Amino acid sequence: MKLKVNGTDYELEVQPDMPLLWALRDELNIKGPKFGCGIAMCGACTVHINGRPVRSCSFPVSAVSGEVTTIEGLGTPDAMHAVQEAWVEHQVAQCGYCQSGQIMSATALLNQKPDPTDAEIDQFMSGNLCRCGTYPRIRAAIKAASSRLQEG
Amino acid sequence: MGRAAKITRRTLLVGSAAIAGGVIFGYWKYKQPYNNPLLANLKDGEASLTPYVRIDQQGITIITPRAEMGQGVHTTLAALVAEELDVDLAAINVEHGPASSAYFNSALLEEGVPFKPTDHGRMAEGVREFMRVPAKFLGLQLTGGSTSVPDGFVKMRTAGAAARQTLLMAAATKLNVEVASLRTHDGAVISADGSVLPYTELASVAADIEPPAEPELKPRSEWRLLGKSLPRVDVVAKSTGTAEYAIDVELPGMVYATIRRNPRLGGSMNGYDASAAEKMTGVKKIVEFTDGVAVVATNTWYAIKAADAIEFDWGKVEYPSSTAEIYAQFEACFDDKYEDSQARDDGDIEAALIEADVLDVEYRAPFLAHATMEPMNAVALLQDGRLDIWAGNQFPTQVKIDGETLTGIEQDNIHVHTTYMGGGFGRRAEIDFVRQAIEIAQQMPGTPVKLTWTREEDMTHDVYRPAAIARFRGAVADGKPSAFDLRLATLSVVESQMGRYDLPVGGPDLSIVQSAWEQPYAIPNYRVTGYRVPAMLPVGFWRSVGASQNGFFHESMIDELAYAAEADPLEMRLAIVSHEPSRKVIEAVADLSSWGAPLPAGHGRGVAFVYSFGVPVAEVIEVASSDAGIRIVKVWVAADVGTALDPRNIEAQLQSGVNFGLAAAMQGEITLEDGKVQQTNFHNYDSIRMNQAPPIEVRVLENGAKIRGVGEPGTPPAAAALANAIFAATGERIRELPLNKHVRFA
Ligand code: FES
Ligand code: FES
Repeated sequence: MKLKVNGTDYELEVQPDMPLLWALRDELNIKGPKFGCGIAMCGACTVHINGRPVRSCSFPVSAVSGEVTTIEGLGTPDAMHAVQEAWVEHQVAQCGYCQSGQIMSATALLNQKPDPTDAEIDQFMSGNLCRCGTYPRIRAAIKAASSRLQEG
Repeated sequence: MGRAAKITRRTLLVGSAAIAGGVIFGYWKYKQPYNNPLLANLKDGEASLTPYVRIDQQGITIITPRAEMGQGVHTTLAALVAEELDVDLAAINVEHGPASSAYFNSALLEEGVPFKPTDHGRMAEGVREFMRVPAKFLGLQLTGGSTSVPDGFVKMRTAGAAARQTLLMAAATKLNVEVASLRTHDGAVISADGSVLPYTELASVAADIEPPAEPELKPRSEWRLLGKSLPRVDVVAKSTGTAEYAIDVELPGMVYATIRRNPRLGGSMNGYDASAAEKMTGVKKIVEFTDGVAVVATNTWYAIKAADAIEFDWGKVEYPSSTAEIYAQFEACFDDKYEDSQARDDGDIEAALIEADVLDVEYRAPFLAHATMEPMNAVALLQDGRLDIWAGNQFPTQVKIDGETLTGIEQDNIHVHTTYMGGGFGRRAEIDFVRQAIEIAQQMPGTPVKLTWTREEDMTHDVYRPAAIARFRGAVADGKPSAFDLRLATLSVVESQMGRYDLPVGGPDLSIVQSAWEQPYAIPNYRVTGYRVPAMLPVGFWRSVGASQNGFFHESMIDELAYAAEADPLEMRLAIVSHEPSRKVIEAVADLSSWGAPLPAGHGRGVAFVYSFGVPVAEVIEVASSDAGIRIVKVWVAADVGTALDPRNIEAQLQSGVNFGLAAAMQGEITLEDGKVQQTNFHNYDSIRMNQAPPIEVRVLENGAKIRGVGEPGTPPAAAALANAIFAATGERIRELPLNKHVRFA
């Protein structure tokens, strides 16, 4: 089975029903996407397939068609994406475990809607749980990233 | 105020054994430091001047020996050292460090004394000081009780100052000049002629110098880092997916495991059939451990699939098997036989209640799960008489003890690598999952094993926040409470947890009455009695412990009395509050929330004030009631931490605490049927989400006598403030959690 992740091609030998999450984590050692629930209820495992957000814990690896982007492919500590920069600026993370998924969802939202309303943020982001309750700062960071991206 | 409260059990909370230990060893021994654990593994050219600082050619590392679970403790503790050491926070490394009794938590036991925490009299302070002795002998490196900052405030600054002094002496030796002619700046010693000697180059000379025991600390006016909002040391890693949690640890040749245990908590396994599972793809081995079975595979997913295919015959358990039966047992415990403490008994409550028009009500709070975002997991490798463990845990010294018991390997050869934690909330003060990883690794020597629990395993095998029942009688006179009689029945979390660790416990468990008996209110007739329900299912420390339920009970009752007295709920609290810093937080939240200003139709405001972990916190919540349900419009919080080290992080912790409390208050409930926990994942044990999460405005005050930690105190007032707001908006008084049993949330 072939898989393209963050610009790199991989060859995989796994069962077709293996969720993308476990192929990324345990086969390819890409650990940014996190395991939280396994049933598409928390968003910790969110990645992009062709730019669209997907809960990788509930998406069979054999069903992937297109390129997978994980948080590692979005930006790195030395070259962060604007959304990641906004996350740092607003000091969003507490335990941080949900934040890969939050950032991937937020990025997908801003790709679709560069200037989301509060209601649109609520709706789009409510699939991502944060047990540390960082929601006020997630909201602030999304707004900051939105302005930054629009300024270009 | 120096009077110790009446205690109906034998001794203080920590128990006579621990106290006796302190007495037998004597004070001189207490003064002797533990060995510096960093000295054991130093390489050439490295120096460790205190257990908290390691310097080598590459750089400076500060050991922050408390669990980083999200509360920002690594940043704050590192800043305490960096402030005195005179280094830039961005230029140093920060590590959890090894498991060692040298990192014992001396603040942990102070709250267990039978004095109100607002009592700073000589007797109370003397007993608290004394508690540092058993704390040291127990040598517990434990994160909890919002103690990291109070425990580290002097200790960590002293470590930084001692290291700096030593480096100055090293430079003086090297340059053959007087120490007084030297100063430090940004990680280097600067000589009178302006030459710069980086600390890293002084390490080997400094290693031979005895650091001063009691170096002078900077006055607050000279602080560069403390008192300011600092960027978290972990924030870039946590925003780029590069922070390593135990679940991310990867070692060559690693195998991946998951487990199954009796869904009836603590029940036995009569037998199992793994014949189908054994043949499944990726399965390497199926092994038994103390109370269950582990599947080891080449991928966690294969392990989970195979575990699902095993048929089990689980044993029954002794505890009552349904929520209804459990509550019936709780009800039966309102009896002298089960009395645990009567820590407050002011005035003559019985007489006061005979004459008055009495409010007589019952409140309930359910069992709750911790549901940390990162499910329990650990990595273990047993090889050539050495055991390595990678785990996110709040109690590394206990991991060593249990590792030795399980494997027979001496503690010197057990290495605990503490990683970042995807949430703790008290759950990671347990080490059941670490023990399991060790047991599996024992059956696969030489192979690193990563054990990951499924969310289902995590939700159904927690140590739960105990359910509780509160019975209350109260009366009012002249617009104020005249009688307040609160009886609380719940399980003892101290008994349950310490039992799992075989640690000495005696005396009453004041967490049963925490944030009920010691609230700084003056009510002439005021009694709080705790009843201990005999142990049944395992219960544990859950963010803010007893205050999590008692805050709801106590502050709902105060609110009921305010309405009974036809008084404004906030004004009435101001009329009875007996502690100045507490009064100021209530005033601050009134100001912040424009308490009393007119509200739109259908809106209501509720207030709650809870004193917990030494921190007075007042919260106001505004709700809007409509056909869609109840919507939380906004939350205002005022809290007094004594000394605010990092204002932005304190704000984050209070917001986090509020959301944690709201999540539980709105919908959190663990129920049992046939002895099994019914909730299995986030679809039936949900949390607050973005669409319901309110803006939370925070004001931090510094009037308290001591510096305090703030990881927990934001949680206790949230449920009561919300229930009180719902009452204000709808007229419905809800006396049972979760609130969604009675109202719908929009
Ligand atoms: S792990 Fe995929 S949504 Fe929770
Ligand atoms: S930051 Fe901890 S779960 Fe979101």
